[in-house]
Amino acid sequence: MANGVIPAPAAAPTATPSSRRLGPADRLSWLGLPILAALLLIALPLALGEFRLSLVAKYLCFAFPAVGIVLIWGYGGILSLGQGMFFGLGSYIMAMFLKLESTESGSSAQALSSFFGSNLPDFMVWNSVETLPWWWDPFHSIWFTIPAIIILPALVAFVLAYFNFRKRVGGVYFSIITLALASIMAIMIIGQQGVTGGVNGITDFKSILGISLEAEGIRTKLYFVTVGFLLVSLVVGSFIVKSRLGKILVAIRDREDRVRFSGYDPALFKAFIFAVAAVLASIGGALFTIQVGLASPSLVGIVPSIEMVIYAAVGGRLSLIGAVYGAVVVGAAKTYFSENFVEYWLYFIGALFIIVVMFLPQGLAGLVDKLRSLSGKGRSA
Amino acid sequence: MSLETFAMQAFNGLSLFTILGLMAIGLAIVFGLMGVINMAHGELMALGAYTTYATSLLFQKYMPGLAEVYFLFGIVLAFAVTFAFGFALERGLIRFLYKRPLDTMLATWGVSLIMQQMFRHVFGPKEVGVPTVSWLQGAWAPSFFPAASFPLSRIFIICLALVVFFAVFLLLFKTRWGLRIRAVTQNRAMSGAAGINTERVDALTFALGCGLAGIAGSSFTMLASTGPVTGQQYVVDTFIVVVFGGVESLLGTMLSAFLIGELQSTFEFLMTGSMAKASILLLVIIALYFRPNGLFASKVRH
Repeated sequence: MANGVIPAPAAAPTATPSSRRLGPADRLSWLGLPILAALLLIALPLALGEFRLSLVAKYLCFAFPAVGIVLIWGYGGILSLGQGMFFGLGSYIMAMFLKLESTESGSSAQALSSFFGSNLPDFMVWNSVETLPWWWDPFHSIWFTIPAIIILPALVAFVLAYFNFRKRVGGVYFSIITLALASIMAIMIIGQQGVTGGVNGITDFKSILGISLEAEGIRTKLYFVTVGFLLVSLVVGSFIVKSRLGKILVAIRDREDRVRFSGYDPALFKAFIFAVAAVLASIGGALFTIQVGLASPSLVGIVPSIEMVIYAAVGGRLSLIGAVYGAVVVGAAKTYFSENFVEYWLYFIGALFIIVVMFLPQGLAGLVDKLRSLSGKGRSA
Repeated sequence: MSLETFAMQAFNGLSLFTILGLMAIGLAIVFGLMGVINMAHGELMALGAYTTYATSLLFQKYMPGLAEVYFLFGIVLAFAVTFAFGFALERGLIRFLYKRPLDTMLATWGVSLIMQQMFRHVFGPKEVGVPTVSWLQGAWAPSFFPAASFPLSRIFIICLALVVFFAVFLLLFKTRWGLRIRAVTQNRAMSGAAGINTERVDALTFALGCGLAGIAGSSFTMLASTGPVTGQQYVVDTFIVVVFGGVESLLGTMLSAFLIGELQSTFEFLMTGSMAKASILLLVIIALYFRPNGLFASKVRH
């Protein structure tokens, strides 16, 4: 960079001067989480019926990867365009467990297995796969599945990120690599139809741990489970951001060289936060699969992965809580468009990308800050 | 694998290489000069393809006498349309985001989504194809290779690509404009101090990169039909080609496109097309770990 042959994006400060600060630091910012909790735990369940509530739960599943993106992008300066990969990991791990459970128990499953002479998942039978692949076997057990949802994406993300960052591959290069990986994963899932369900994904789950997924009130319960996980994630996330680790991350984002010269290993910190974001995305994916009853390659590839970034961007790239609002608002807009004029959805989301980047780099959170400071000024005047 | 199949396989790889190479060289120029990643590059290729399609319709309707040569006009028009579009895009959007490369990726992704839907509105959701002109129908079966046959249309686009590469090379290394581009690439501040209008260079270079994508789209119509999401299918490959080649080196970009095109056609012999693509992307990512600056990057430390 010394002779400036190319503007090396990795070394260039990626944040606008106004985003250099750590976050909304005024006196009222601690109120954000209680307000969100009250909204999600009290107001929405009272105001919405079970159907709309389960829709909100679906949007909230995408808030998990969005919160992770705030951590890695807003605070770490790493733009991952492949979070769908980790969302998909969690989603497919959960789907494998649910599929095995509903294939091997329940009356309809027994009828099926006596008809086909095997109790393989239905799509394997259709693709004339004769035996269960060995890597499906451990997912009979919930005690393997749940740790796998956490550990597998964490491991993949940490190794991927650490090796790349250690070689100082960063900036747009890393973004392109994550993009390519998400695209690879979607292609692999579609290509190996016999063992992954292919384009149709894995679907048609009956129960989880013996509780029927069609039972009365189960959707409301799952909504509260999702909100619970999300609030815990937010607390953990804001703890990370406020800790010394968070400060080092911001320092790496703004001046990676200086941090390195001070004796820290930036790769280690960046890989750690990348793994945290991956775990969040994976948890979101697992919750999504339980509630929507689907694990699909259409949630893995580049389009959904980049869409997850817009959730975080709309909410505000430095606001963990904003990411939740971003996911719900954009998710609700998507439902609204697909119910009314589906052909304008791409115009809307495309324009949203441009507008947020150009005019609202701090997202909704920045807007709230601005309004608050304006009203504050109004009062003092 | 017999010699003939091998030759055909290598030839198929060559036609993929022309598309990837034409797209990648446009992207590499833009990326090398400005550090900007244009996620709408694939849609610009599709814009070029649709322009060629529209040209063929116009010629069939109004100038059936000239329909035999519409394709030559199609290429020029595709370049002109995407060049103009690129110029407008740079002036209207990209130039405000030079300090924020990651944000540029998101904004141009938004542009790509809007363009996709526009294609769907104007040209319909179905894929469209152009008629092959009569003088490019048929295949060349060399006497020394009786079992192999090489479609003339593919030979044509390979020649076209070579001409374009040569022209880009001349433009960059033998003209004053090229000199300015290289100067700005190497040291923006000094170039500005030396009296080069860097903003103008930025806009024209970005437009040139987009125009090359348009030519890629034009040649694409001779290989396959064009749909609204055609561009998105190629954009990841193109990025990988550029990164793999090393962004500073145009020759590296070409070699990397050649390598990936040939690997793809060879792998397709062994597995399905999509799995071949996935395996190659994975291989490249692993290769990038060992050569983070790309295969053909110069040994300069930045």
